[in-house]
Amino acid sequence: MKQSKSLFSLLSNNEVRGYVFQAVALFAIVFMAYVAIDNLFINIEARSIHTGFSFLKNRAGFDISEFLIDYTPEHSNLRVFYVGLLNTIVVAIVGIFFATIIGLLIGIARLSNNYLISKLAGGYIELFRNIPVLLQILFWYNISLIIFPHPRKSFEFFDAIFINKRGFYLPKPIAEDGFLWVVVALVVAIVSVIAMKRYFKKKHEKTGTYTSTFLYSTLLVIGLPAFVYFIIGSPLHLDYPALKGFNFKGGMVFSPEFTALAFALSVYTATYIAEAIRSGIEAVDKGQKEAAAAIGLTPVQSLKLVVMPQALRVAIPPTINQYLNLTKNSSLATAIGYPELMSAFGGTVLNQVGQAVEILGMTMLVYLAISLAISLVLNIVNKKMSIKGR
Amino acid sequence: MNKLIKISAVSLLAMGVYSAQASTLSDVQAKGSVSCGVSKGLAGFSAADSAGVWTGVDVDVCRAVAAATLGDATKVKFVPLTAKERFTALQSGEIDMLSRNTTWTITRDASLGLNFAGVNYYDGQGFMVKSSLGINSAMELGGAAVCIQAGTTTELNLADWGKANNIDYTSVVSDTNAQTLSNYDSGRCDVLTTDASGLYSMRAASNDPSEHVVLPEIISKEPLGPVVRQGDDAWFNIVRWSLNAMITAEEIGVTSATVDDVSNNPERERLMGRSGNTHEYVGLNSDWTYQIVKQVGNYSESFERNIGINTPIGIARGVNALWTDGGILYSPPFR
Repeated sequence: MKQSKSLFSLLSNNEVRGYVFQAVALFAIVFMAYVAIDNLFINIEARSIHTGFSFLKNRAGFDISEFLIDYTPEHSNLRVFYVGLLNTIVVAIVGIFFATIIGLLIGIARLSNNYLISKLAGGYIELFRNIPVLLQILFWYNISLIIFPHPRKSFEFFDAIFINKRGFYLPKPIAEDGFLWVVVALVVAIVSVIAMKRYFKKKHEKTGTYTSTFLYSTLLVIGLPAFVYFIIGSPLHLDYPALKGFNFKGGMVFSPEFTALAFALSVYTATYIAEAIRSGIEAVDKGQKEAAAAIGLTPVQSLKLVVMPQALRVAIPPTINQYLNLTKNSSLATAIGYPELMSAFGGTVLNQVGQAVEILGMTMLVYLAISLAISLVLNIVNKKMSIKGR
Repeated sequence: MNKLIKISAVSLLAMGVYSAQASTLSDVQAKGSVSCGVSKGLAGFSAADSAGVWTGVDVDVCRAVAAATLGDATKVKFVPLTAKERFTALQSGEIDMLSRNTTWTITRDASLGLNFAGVNYYDGQGFMVKSSLGINSAMELGGAAVCIQAGTTTELNLADWGKANNIDYTSVVSDTNAQTLSNYDSGRCDVLTTDASGLYSMRAASNDPSEHVVLPEIISKEPLGPVVRQGDDAWFNIVRWSLNAMITAEEIGVTSATVDDVSNNPERERLMGRSGNTHEYVGLNSDWTYQIVKQVGNYSESFERNIGINTPIGIARGVNALWTDGGILYSPPFR
């Protein structure tokens, strides 16, 4: 008995039903987006709000306290965008670096056999994980303003390093002609160290004799550039900070906003990374650790050679998440006035120009791009570390 | 795509042209309160006390509008806003009017879809330093660290002034008034700069007002006033003339105490709505100005109550006195 193909029987076919529902969902989403964006433009027209990106060419007219590329109030708003972007990237990189180191140490300490160490690490994690990060940023910033002294009474070290309320002042190395050769020497040294390590590793695998390359590598990386440096005649001089009038001039300075932000973000994100690493280490089979001990590896060696490679496979995806969170949390810098992207561009420029849609749209796209870039890099690392065939 | 959207927007507008003029007045009367954007706490201008009652000269402008439109000066819903959010809140309709010591500039008036309904305080930007520094003039501030609140005309004025006078400085910018003040107090920066009225207000609110000195230089013009959305002329008229009613009341000499007295002065009777029909033009009850003066007071009562010389803030009328008293406060006539 043949049944005629009715619509009902077509729909009861799972595959067709799948396609139909996906098509309906896609259509609904696109339609909602269209209606929302259309509504936005209609409202903007109706309220005579100025639109367009022409404001990017206008003179900015205000000062930014720290900038990596040249900036004066004469520069355009687009320049403000770049300055803010660079500041965000700098604080994100510094934050990620310290958060990883602290997170790694705390995560391993949490699993220590020593009762005091593991409880202290646990206490650190519980304390800093549970307080909102904005509060932590404000806390460290305001505390640093109270603890550190007035510039006229700064803490001094070797007459070159000064610490006060207005920041950490260090001498700034200024490169002269010929410094390029020192950099070239450093690059050559690093490349030769990598080549040497490869050679000795192959030799180890072939013949079983292990040669420690640590001494050679250190000597090469430090010695070669230093040698070139002295031969050329020390092409580097230091610009020392000096107290002139109200503040220190010269040298390089890490502002209290930057240090408070980087510190708070590192401390906060390190707790999550510590937990991710702890979960990675605990995911490694107990038998692996016992076997490592059985063949005579020391605890440090077994951690380095057996446990961590396997643990990192589990720990890397959540750690990627935390790096992204740190980057996005850096936008909280508006609370303390560190001029990163959200604060300088999404804050001051927004208020001077008033076009919220364009400015915040640009800012959101940038954060999206940065986050995607970080996760792309780390996914490549993750792929490299994953067990083949899984 | 952009052209298509613009065409469809225009055609939709054409269809709904009879409803294109938004009616904030009917919205306000329907919901029974005026939604007023204020600061997050600037003593004398808009600040809430420990009981949650808002006071200040900016607050009084909102209360005047509420008294005029709803007959009750207490029917105001206050929405505290930072300098960054204030215009977006007004544009989007979250608030009916913005009374937040906002400077009237061409950019804000012409490109944001907003209108300034008048000036309730003529101000200028100044500097405040700790008296212990021994500085007497802003010209001595070379190399100083300056505390500023983010997103205000203050940043622009400071940059212009620094360039014009060849004075370099580092700016320390923060989001809220409270953090700016705390930065200045703790010594993060040497100088605090904002509108002079704000400086007096912050000095009064600090632990020891004699520790701070406001420098004599005023480096900009800051006419502060209430703001409304474009496209609603009826509401614009109401806000503008509510403020003017307070100023005219002081010009004629009517106070909240003497508002009930009938007099021979025809101008006074016109202002109080007891003669003439100006109320029809603004679309309100005939006692709208009467309610303003009775419940909120005239301009000088509001000024003296909030920021006058007998208050801790202690600002003299100065340029904010009436035009007949040496200042520049002037209201168009109620005729």
